[in-house]
Amino acid sequence: MSAAGILDGCAAELVRNDRPAAEAARPVLRERGQREVFCGLTGIIWLHRKMQDAFFLVVGSRTCAHLLQSAAGVMIFAEPRFATAIMEERDLAGMVDAQDELDRVVNRLLERRPDIKTLFLVGSCPSEVIKLDLAKAAQRLGAVHMPRVRILNYSGSGIETTFTQGEDACLSALVPVMPALPADAPKELLIVGSLPDIVEDQFLRLFAEMGIAKVGCLPARNARDLPSVGANTRYLLAQPFLGETAMALEGRGAQRIEALFPFGVDGTSDWLRAAGEAFGIDRALTEQVIAPGRARAARALANLRPQLEGKRITFLPDSQLEVPLARFLQDELGMELVEVGTPYLHRAHLARELDRFGPNVRLSEGQHLDRQLDRVRADRPDITVCGLGLANPLEGEGLTTKWAIELVFSPIHGFDQAADLAELFARPLRRRDMLEI
Amino acid sequence: MQLAVWTYEGPPHVGAMRVATAMEKLHYVLHAPQGDTYADLLFTMIERRGKRPPVTYTTFEARDLGKDTAQIFQDAAREAVARFKPQAIIVGASCTAELIQDDPAGLSEAMNLPCPVIPLELPSYQRKENWGAAETFYQIVRHLADKSVVREPREGRPARANILGPTALGFRHRDDLVEIRKILAQLGVEVNLVAPLGATPEDIKNIGAADFNIVLYPEIADEAARWLERTFAQPAVRTIPIGVGATRSFIADVAELAGADPTPALGDTSSRMPWWSRSVDSTYLTSKRVFIFGDATHAVAAARIAREELGFEVCGLGCYSREFAREVRAEAARCGIEPLITDDHLAVEDAIAAAAPELVLGTQMERHIAKRLGIPCAVISAPVHVQDFPARHSPQMGFEGANVIFDTWVHPLVMGLEEHLLTMFREDFEFSDEAGASHHAAHSPRKAAVPAVSEAPVEDIPAPAMETAESAGSLWTAEAERELKKIPFFVRGKARRNTENFAHAEGRQEIDLETLYDAKAHYAR
Repeated sequence: MSAAGILDGCAAELVRNDRPAAEAARPVLRERGQREVFCGLTGIIWLHRKMQDAFFLVVGSRTCAHLLQSAAGVMIFAEPRFATAIMEERDLAGMVDAQDELDRVVNRLLERRPDIKTLFLVGSCPSEVIKLDLAKAAQRLGAVHMPRVRILNYSGSGIETTFTQGEDACLSALVPVMPALPADAPKELLIVGSLPDIVEDQFLRLFAEMGIAKVGCLPARNARDLPSVGANTRYLLAQPFLGETAMALEGRGAQRIEALFPFGVDGTSDWLRAAGEAFGIDRALTEQVIAPGRARAARALANLRPQLEGKRITFLPDSQLEVPLARFLQDELGMELVEVGTPYLHRAHLARELDRFGPNVRLSEGQHLDRQLDRVRADRPDITVCGLGLANPLEGEGLTTKWAIELVFSPIHGFDQAADLAELFARPLRRRDMLEI
Repeated sequence: MQLAVWTYEGPPHVGAMRVATAMEKLHYVLHAPQGDTYADLLFTMIERRGKRPPVTYTTFEARDLGKDTAQIFQDAAREAVARFKPQAIIVGASCTAELIQDDPAGLSEAMNLPCPVIPLELPSYQRKENWGAAETFYQIVRHLADKSVVREPREGRPARANILGPTALGFRHRDDLVEIRKILAQLGVEVNLVAPLGATPEDIKNIGAADFNIVLYPEIADEAARWLERTFAQPAVRTIPIGVGATRSFIADVAELAGADPTPALGDTSSRMPWWSRSVDSTYLTSKRVFIFGDATHAVAAARIAREELGFEVCGLGCYSREFAREVRAEAARCGIEPLITDDHLAVEDAIAAAAPELVLGTQMERHIAKRLGIPCAVISAPVHVQDFPARHSPQMGFEGANVIFDTWVHPLVMGLEEHLLTMFREDFEFSDEAGASHHAAHSPRKAAVPAVSEAPVEDIPAPAMETAESAGSLWTAEAERELKKIPFFVRGKARRNTENFAHAEGRQEIDLETLYDAKAHYAR
């Protein structure tokens, strides 16, 4: 149960040096073909709730607007801080015209919404294909609207990003405008990845108790209020899909703290301990701080374990959360991993997670949808984690499913959400057994 | 560029998906980037389909651009045909693939696939979902209809009709079809084919065997029906049987084309709506102001029901599709109002606020606008959300459809007797305006969002722009404002508006008690 034994004295560098061995031991099924996944624009749905002073303007087609409203559901009706500048035929006629149009739309938007402090111009497939230079547009418009509004850009297009990679692209765009941490500043901790406020607050309280004084969050709740970064920054990834952002932070001198992702008792403990270690916190203090949360989470998970133990689970690729979630379900709830599919496998960031996988786990990266569904039908797992386009059709074939997007929107990290996370998988199985019709 | 948070219609390839998903044994190979598969969940979640839509997306990515997207398309088409063995495929591009100019039509023609290939040209940057559905259905019919089909002589056989227009993701299409089949059975008319819903490409071959067509949803079937008229000399019934009167006209039209006696169908005793509408509890519905917005077909039908069958006053009418705006303009003229043809939801919201209706009939978007403005609302048209694909039988068409419509539209309003009591006892603390109708839990006493004063939600509706520099609210004396609050909340918005218009017309500088009651007298009819 405890990860302490495994991790004692394991510095990040050592784990990195061990990696080739783990890699050789674990083959990955790489597939190409039809992919049933969201594009990166979908990230706007949770990012605009997280950054309260930011507005996301997608430059795209009617399809992009339609995707956002399909994914955002009722959020659309709460004065959301996102919109689409829908390109029409005349915008495709000539580039100059498109830039002028963009100026017109942005100026109108900023007039109407004086509360906007950061504006993201978000690229889409159509804007990328016609090579509409949004970086240039952001610079030009930024010069006009600074200091009131900062204008940044990134691409959330499907040709470049899958689902949660949209957050990665967005946070990467924030890294260059983070203030510089002076070279002689004491070490600071940075939590990277957007978390629900309640979870973020829990983590901040725990770090404060451990005595880590300066902790920043990326994204910050206000995009204009970014934490500093420099050679004395040590960052922890809260989410597994942040490869680009990590690279950008490293480019500014920050160093990653190697850890499991904070799911469940083990994951959260490892994540907190790794931070404690990096900041030279006394081990006994760290253990004392995390003990109550560990005990609560263990108690809560014990109630759910009987419902999940021995059950076979397959993950279809969706968010890159698949690997750490599978590790949590295997190690802490006794589930059997049949296939763990992920849209993209970041070897370095997931090394510690992959080391925990049993020898028979089928790991797949990318997707050939029909072949993967054939495997699901042959495997007949007890539960399949998949997107909303596949869930009902698989249920129609008599398989039990858990729709994946909920795992991105719900508070699932940390000790006090461990049981909520397990419950998300237990509920469809319980329901399957309850229904008499 | 058009700034939009919300769009009434998706892109045209979603319309094509609606046709493909409605049909059987047809497959759609769609050249589209990764991510466009989001559209699948409209069908699997909102419509709760238990099968994947029959669509193969090429889902190309940046690394594929400029080298092998054409190859990717051909591989996807070949694989889809081998795996699903469709009787025909439709091929086309989404908005992004349209820009990379791979020409799915030419690519698939060169492949010698073992089934008919129907290419689609759907201009994503000019057209929208309904147009895409209509164009797709038209192309399918044009490509697959067997032109050598000759109708047998009419002697000694029942008349045959095609029912055209029902699709996947259509608002109440499933149940409308049940009602239409019932009417045709009563008239002794045989159904030759229903399409797209439930039809296979093989079935479409035989579309020319019918004596006439029934166009249920012009937005989708009109184009195909016109071609059939030219090609097979099939006349079309274009009356939309939504509402009691329209259903009777529809029956008469079908009977005429079929040479049948309409009496059995007209004598259908399942029509309760006329009596419900005449019963005394409905008296309070008289001249209630209703604002209607949706697709043209449903908006026009709703306006007629509102005027002729429920005795409402139509104070706003509009649609989001330019293609069918003519019918809406004509109906708006009959209502004596200006039509609203727009796909901008903000313009619709402004129009609703300005009209201050007592009931809004619209789409999912109007449901939310009405909620924000605190006005009762019912849904009459796509786009709709999951709750408007109900498990129970709930058609809009035919006599049962009229029953459903009566219940649906009246339900959000306060019942007649209740309204009367609320008015009589409105000074009574337990009958406060904010209590709303007893059958809406959601309307239990409101906590005012603004701590200052507890106002009914209609108070928030901005008054229409007036040519005074002052804000309209400042014209009211405190006493008149207090008196206004004694007026029941469901007519207070109208009273405020009327009074302000009256004051403006009379050039009065302030609205006092006198003005309030002068206005009341002026508007009394």
